Amino acid sequence: MITRFLADEGVEYIYGYPGGAALHIYDAIHRQDKVHHVLVRHEQAATHMADGYARATGKPGVVLVTSGPGATNAVTGIATAYMDSIPMVVLCGQVMSHLIGEDAFQETDIVGVTRPIVKHSFSIKHPSDIPQVLKKAFYIATTGRPGPVVVDIPKDMTAPTEKYEYVYPKKVKMRSYTPVGRGHTGQIRKAVELMQKAKRPILFGGGGLVLGESTELFQQLARKLNIPVTTSLMGIGAYPQTDRQSLGWLGMHGSFEANQAMHNSDLVVCIGARFDDRATNNTAKFCPTAKIVHVDVDPSSIGKTVRVDVPIVGTAKSVLEEMLALLGESKEETPDLSDWWKQIDDWRASRTGRLYEQAKDGEVMKPQQVVEAVWKATQGKAYVVTDVGQHQMFAAQYYKFDKPNHWITSGGLGTMGFGLPAAMGVKLNKPQEEVVLITGEGSFQMMMQELSTCAQYGIPVKIINLNNQSLGMVRQWQDLNYNKRHAQSYVQSLPDFQKLVESYGHVAMKVDTADELDATLEKAFASKDQLVFVDVYVDPHEHVYPMQVPQGSMRDMLLSKTERT
Amino acid sequence: MRHIISVLMENEAGALSRVVGLFSQRNFNIETLNVAPTDDPTLSRLTVTTVGDDRVIEQITKQLNKLIDVVKLVDLTEGQHIEREMLLAKVKAVGAQRAEVKRTTEIFRGQIIDVTPSIYTIQLAGDAEKLDAFINALGSNTLLEVVRTGVSGIARGEKVLSL
Repeated sequence: MITRFLADEGVEYIYGYPGGAALHIYDAIHRQDKVHHVLVRHEQAATHMADGYARATGKPGVVLVTSGPGATNAVTGIATAYMDSIPMVVLCGQVMSHLIGEDAFQETDIVGVTRPIVKHSFSIKHPSDIPQVLKKAFYIATTGRPGPVVVDIPKDMTAPTEKYEYVYPKKVKMRSYTPVGRGHTGQIRKAVELMQKAKRPILFGGGGLVLGESTELFQQLARKLNIPVTTSLMGIGAYPQTDRQSLGWLGMHGSFEANQAMHNSDLVVCIGARFDDRATNNTAKFCPTAKIVHVDVDPSSIGKTVRVDVPIVGTAKSVLEEMLALLGESKEETPDLSDWWKQIDDWRASRTGRLYEQAKDGEVMKPQQVVEAVWKATQGKAYVVTDVGQHQMFAAQYYKFDKPNHWITSGGLGTMGFGLPAAMGVKLNKPQEEVVLITGEGSFQMMMQELSTCAQYGIPVKIINLNNQSLGMVRQWQDLNYNKRHAQSYVQSLPDFQKLVESYGHVAMKVDTADELDATLEKAFASKDQLVFVDVYVDPHEHVYPMQVPQGSMRDMLLSKTERT
Repeated sequence: MRHIISVLMENEAGALSRVVGLFSQRNFNIETLNVAPTDDPTLSRLTVTTVGDDRVIEQITKQLNKLIDVVKLVDLTEGQHIEREMLLAKVKAVGAQRAEVKRTTEIFRGQIIDVTPSIYTIQLAGDAEKLDAFINALGSNTLLEVVRTGVSGIARGEKVLSL
């Protein structure tokens, strides 16, 4: 019944790992050919794979794991999806219903364990409920503000003694759940009037634009009003970063001009971002002269961390459509923002060419230049997946994204180990596209067993390992805040990555100095059917800048090891 | 400020734990909590009293509304409302105390609902302040055990919380 439902729901791939309580389901999968199962090497990877797939395609990722350790191993991946509002359905086997509560073998109360990190969860109480419950699970996961849904399935529910008729439920109705639709017209009108009057406006787009498939409309709005655009880390790609109006992304390691523009603006129009602490710095000092318009599909995101002048609850798409329609009707002239743009261009100019110092031939490379080289080698068109740490920030800063869904990173939870399985989820479903994992040797080692899954299914992702032999971001904080005491941030006993990768049958390359970089990357990307791992030695002393000063305002930034605003 | 939030939710396994979990997860405060099915057996009504400034209370109501099991809710303290709580108390009642306890109970319009030669069991309903005052009036020397139900509430006048 579960397998038939998944096929009818249009699920092509599920990611998982079998075990006792899930065996009836696995047997059903084995006896059909519509739903393909991908066997990972650790359940956490199954959730990240489903997550990467969902981020790249906008469709829900589906995971199948067994009870107990199978389910608890999936927890980190569920939390990752929850923090970034990624649609996901996780099917967990459970012990027989009559054994629940008796501490049976491989029993965990997974509904209880995952309660704070799911959008909702279900336990199947009767085999005949399965189609309806699964339909609700998909409906909840994908509508409104998306998120993961866990379905707990006791083993006896999948091998009933009686037969039950299966009917695919086309519709679902829940009296207690109605996803948000259009925004309040009066509020939208107010926001539009503010945008027409503002002297120093800025558009701030978030991941909600990407998830809500409304980046085109967002770009139209920005162009129509000639407003400068920034995004959150999750919103990267919502606006083309090579465009003149793009200031890059904002926040702790965001661009100098984006953070300056936010601080000095008189109107912030935020669409689909949640003003989290890494985006706002100290909320008491946040954008002191700005009125704030906040559009979000989740009412609880509005007013949670910063005060909002014009709250608009609605989908990004519907609100943007209405804004554009109002602007179309309006007789007001497009505001003249030339003074504001001049100011922004000055900020930009003051930073150009001073971001880092490139290593010359024969020197150990700067991580930033490796990312720039990858951007060039892929013509800026790749799906870029990252792990978490310095490499993640460098990738976000130096790879310029012009399209949505191409930047795939664990923004909210910051999950090291996310990258490899997420990249696999993307590549498996987009075999024609270039998928690059930019990672570090710390993160990579958290999920490197998945090299085996890549070999089994032939998933030719390209892996750029920015190897600084240390946990770079931890080390950076220790440099700045702990008087350079590098407690546990040096990674000892690194494997020989080349041998490791080759032992799975993949291709490995190594880059020690700057003069080898471009040629090696070219060779790596030329190989279409092979997973290629490029181990790039980079300067372990490099820091990520700009970096906002703790408890400061948006514009309080360290710009290098010696300069601050 | 103290708020009384009344919630209509699906009468399903796990619904209560989601509500309670939300409060601890998001660092909200629960002062009292009570929950029981309504006249419609598919719905439960839960009443929680909590303390927080406007921003916190706004977050509490929004986050509660976000729970899939929550159908509807109202912050009763936003309007005219009636709140009631019930208390059961076991009180030492020997010698001169017996008459004194009985008199105090009558003053507070409570009832003695169980009697032994040395103990009265008292039932009293009212708002939380009245119950506090009663406990103070009895004094800790006589009080053996107290059970309180937590606050229930309903809006005054025409306002109704239903589907």
